[in-house]
Amino acid sequence: MTGVEIAFVLLGIVALSSAVLVVTTTQLVHAALWLVVSLGALAGCYLLLSAELVAWVQVLIYVGAVVVLLLFGIMLTRAPIGPSTDLDSGNRLAAFAVGLGTAGTLVTVLLTGLRHAYFHLGDNPGTGTARSLGDAIFRYWVLPFEVLSVLLLAALVGAIVLSRTNIGRVAAPEDDSASEQRGRR
Amino acid sequence: MHVAYPVVLAAMLFSVGVYGVLARRNAILVLMSVELMLNGANLNLVTFDIWRSDVMHSGQVMALFVIVIAAAEVGVGLAIVLLVFRNRSTIAVDSLRELRERTDRDGTAPEDAMDPP
Repeated sequence: MTGVEIAFVLLGIVALSSAVLVVTTTQLVHAALWLVVSLGALAGCYLLLSAELVAWVQVLIYVGAVVVLLLFGIMLTRAPIGPSTDLDSGNRLAAFAVGLGTAGTLVTVLLTGLRHAYFHLGDNPGTGTARSLGDAIFRYWVLPFEVLSVLLLAALVGAIVLSRTNIGRVAAPEDDSASEQRGRR
Repeated sequence: MHVAYPVVLAAMLFSVGVYGVLARRNAILVLMSVELMLNGANLNLVTFDIWRSDVMHSGQVMALFVIVIAAAEVGVGLAIVLLVFRNRSTIAVDSLRELRERTDRDGTAPEDAMDPP
């Protein structure tokens, strides 16, 4: 094993064990904080795979934004501080069986399919930098990029509409008369 | 570096996410498990991109797109969860069962059920 592989295995152990803690801990806030550890370790894995830009975007968006959103959700749903007993549903054993089956199937298929697949990380330097990825996005992937920006706008508008409370009685009386006058004209 | 290391890690992360989605009651924990599954998929995309050393960088660009879609999904999902909490004052996913299919085991048929012809 080379040094990169050892570092990758260590980071992978951190990411996987904190992911297991996310789905097994009994404290809701701790689950979000373990999610930070897991996503951060995964960002380290991306760095080891020489995907710099993806790693920093992962840190910015996942660790910075998504986890904060989840913490806001935990706070706004008045989650109890401290351990709570009702976080797991009754089908834990079935879920464990399904998860184990998924893991077994995926690992078996991938290991048999990729038995002789190696890559050398120093072969083509600069493959994951912001410059090369920006070249790729704005040369080959412009249309998906624009579609994705429209999707993000639609999702944000949808979130605002969903969280508004006064839908249906937005029109104040003076607005009504004003619009009627405008309609008459 | 063998491709198996990141790929096996991605598969394990995905399975942990599957377990979390199926076993957790709290809707926010279900969203967190979905994030874990998306991260497993992302690690696969980045790994295959580095392995094939793609000229168009399809894998890494797709990983960035998946991250953006995950952010949008969390925004809309949390809005829905907060709406459910405001209307029902609970976000336990297995107690929100008004829309489930009625079976004979539930006892009496619902009142508004139409009679079979």
